[in-house]
Amino acid sequence: MTPVFEAKELKVSVTGRRGERELVKGVSFSVEPGRCLGILGESGSGKSMSMKGAMGLLDRSFRVSGRVSLQGEELLTKSPEELRRMRGGKVGMVLQNPMTCFDPLYRIGNQIGETFAAHQGWSRAEIRSRSLEMLERMKIRNPEEVLEKYPHQLSGGMLQRIMIGIAMAMKPALLIADEPTTALDAITQLEILNEFIRIKEENTAVIFISHDLNAVSLAADEIVVFHQGMIVDRGDFRHILHRAKDPYTRLLAEKRTAVMRSYRRALEGKETIYA
Amino acid sequence: MNLGKRFLHNRTAVATALFVLLIALAGVCAPVLAPNDPYATDILNKFADYSLQYPLGTDQLGRCVLSRLIYGIRPTLGLAMVTMFGTIGLGALLGITAGYFRGITEEVIMRLVDVMLSFPSQIMVFAVVALLGVSVQNVIIANVFIKWAWYARMIRTGVMQYRDCNFVRFSRCVGMPERFILFRHLLPSITSDLAVLASLDVGWAIINISTLSFLGLGVQAPTPEWGAMLNEAKEVLTSNPVQMIAPGAAIVTLVCCFNLMGDALRDVLDPKEVEG
Amino acid sequence: MKRYVVRRLLMAIPLLAAVSFICFMFINLIPSNPAEVALRVQQMPVITEEAVARMEEMLGLNKPFLVRYFDWLAGCLKGDFGISYVNPARTVAGELARCLPATLQLAAASFAIVAVLSVPIGFLCAVYKDGWFDRIMRGVIFISTAMPAYWVGLLLMWGMGVKLRILPTNGSGTWRHLILPAFTVSLSYISTYIRLIRNNMLENMKQDYVLYANVRGLPQRAILVRHILKNSMHTCIVAMGMSIPQLIAGTIVVENVFSWPGLGTLCISSIFNRDYPVIQTYVLLIGVLFVVFNLLFDILQTVSDPRLRREE
Repeated sequence: MTPVFEAKELKVSVTGRRGERELVKGVSFSVEPGRCLGILGESGSGKSMSMKGAMGLLDRSFRVSGRVSLQGEELLTKSPEELRRMRGGKVGMVLQNPMTCFDPLYRIGNQIGETFAAHQGWSRAEIRSRSLEMLERMKIRNPEEVLEKYPHQLSGGMLQRIMIGIAMAMKPALLIADEPTTALDAITQLEILNEFIRIKEENTAVIFISHDLNAVSLAADEIVVFHQGMIVDRGDFRHILHRAKDPYTRLLAEKRTAVMRSYRRALEGKETIYA
Repeated sequence: MNLGKRFLHNRTAVATALFVLLIALAGVCAPVLAPNDPYATDILNKFADYSLQYPLGTDQLGRCVLSRLIYGIRPTLGLAMVTMFGTIGLGALLGITAGYFRGITEEVIMRLVDVMLSFPSQIMVFAVVALLGVSVQNVIIANVFIKWAWYARMIRTGVMQYRDCNFVRFSRCVGMPERFILFRHLLPSITSDLAVLASLDVGWAIINISTLSFLGLGVQAPTPEWGAMLNEAKEVLTSNPVQMIAPGAAIVTLVCCFNLMGDALRDVLDPKEVEG
Repeated sequence: MKRYVVRRLLMAIPLLAAVSFICFMFINLIPSNPAEVALRVQQMPVITEEAVARMEEMLGLNKPFLVRYFDWLAGCLKGDFGISYVNPARTVAGELARCLPATLQLAAASFAIVAVLSVPIGFLCAVYKDGWFDRIMRGVIFISTAMPAYWVGLLLMWGMGVKLRILPTNGSGTWRHLILPAFTVSLSYISTYIRLIRNNMLENMKQDYVLYANVRGLPQRAILVRHILKNSMHTCIVAMGMSIPQLIAGTIVVENVFSWPGLGTLCISSIFNRDYPVIQTYVLLIGVLFVVFNLLFDILQTVSDPRLRREE
């Protein structure tokens, strides 16, 4: 199958007062339709920087090089305007902090509407009906009321679902999720993760960026591990967990195993008490 | 890197500090540097052009503008410095008292600070000068009076922060006397913030004092103060407009210099800011 | 929401009381006896005990302190601020009423200049940060904060009035008289607000909602104007509104440079003439304006920000 998205030798560097510093040092990865690629790494490992660089979301002090293609089209040579049309259209994106991602001064309906208007020539009425339809699909109760709410009046999980809804409304070929579950509580996290599995089934390619091996393991078919701007390991979840070559990856996996073991022991202990 | 080294590495900080020192030195050595007596009038030579004898020309009474400018450093810079020391002294005294001893003392001082800050400072200066009468000393009192509250508030916040720092707690546990803790630990910790704020405010004080002199409420006429010189220059605006250039430019240069120094000091003392 | 406004209004009352008390204290702190000052100012040749006593009676100085304060406060509330020392035939209220329109006119014109110039300049500086426009404006701002207002006034007077002869240098009457003083007053405020708007916009640009707006593929212009500018203006309008009394107070120096017949000129001449009631009332007026404008824009901010607005 041909990949939807492919990055080859992608590099990102920033020019500060102390000269140029390389943040992403040549990474290559790809994702096919209906598949989910997990990008795992601690904060500052360059994982979300590489995706922002590929999508033209970094300002002028950053320099992005290498080759990035979406459905065979080269991205890095595109003009800012062409990239803008693609973002929110062919490529949907979901960010980390749903509570701060919406402009506090506008109603939710307004912000959904402006996104639709930026990509489609829909009429006012059509925007409204599509917004309601989108909220219903994301299983949000009382969609009519939600459209009239301000961001601070909604919960993090709800805003996160709306974000996913906005991203999916344009039927993107690729959905990039940058730490979509980090700011949420455990139950909401699971709901959101299930949402991604459903999206995968609709034949959309998903790139799931997280520092949380558990979250990644639930959604991703393949995982690449970032460490200090480089890919240090790749493979499926079982590979990462049991046969990782890289010491950093093993550390991540061991930590996870240790947590799981103590969790199981606690569960078993509980059972013995109740038994 | 320690502070001294960082200071020496910051070119702006060093250059501005040197410039201020140079100006201050010129003020101190005015009798040597000034080509003429700043008070000597020479009516026949009034509004003289630039010449070797009068490098910046003469004013409406035939006095040498350059000499007056050099002598003017004394009141202009001197009064601003006195004002700043007074402000910091009063502010530090009340701020430390409030922050360190807390309780009712703090409550009283901070309410006073609130009231002071809610009044427009410009009006307060005029009110105080009006109340006490027109004189140089009252101008300083007025300027200290309107500015101390800012320092008191800042220093109190600083003291509160450092009060609960581990090394201060440690000193207290070890049983050092309160006064010792105060001078040995608290003062050095807040000095850096103070230095930045103060160097930015010297410029403000220079403008404020010269404004009062310009209006005739501060340094009085024959004394060569830059604001007072501009007041005289205003009277001859049509006949000798050049007369107002030198004192004005001198004020702008000096104030710019202090502002630059404040910004540079902030960079030196707070390296985090540089990155942003 | 309503409760907040009411609470805010109630909180302003002790503040106003404090302001009025300080202003009253002011006239009582004069080192010399006000009655004597009043007599001296009226150029009474010989100041006798009886004359002082009569004056004290006339000014109500023989009553206890607090009684005098409440008498004075009651008078103020009725618009009676006492009589001028210099010219007992004139009331302070009358003097202020005579000079207030000119000052308000000047302050309004300055505010208009500030608002019209600082918003677009601040906006452009933020959008083209570190570009040539931003660099030039930063230089201009840096120099202008170091320029005393009165010197700017003198330079403008000389350039526009004496040299080019296109604008009158002093007096008032027509809109052409207004230009130079208004521009001088506004100059220092413009630089403050350019900096405020610029930095506020830059701060907003770093926010998540801007990144997300980019992620959604909104056009750049919409992000800048609809989102970033609107969010910054929100803070800036409040700051600007609160500084209106400062602008009114700030005219004091410039009025004297341009002989503008407003409150500032009145205030300075009163200082020279030791006309304490006039100064006292002027300080009171500015103090009250300060409290009122702060209150007004604080409430406005609460009403206009959906986050602070309570649920109905």
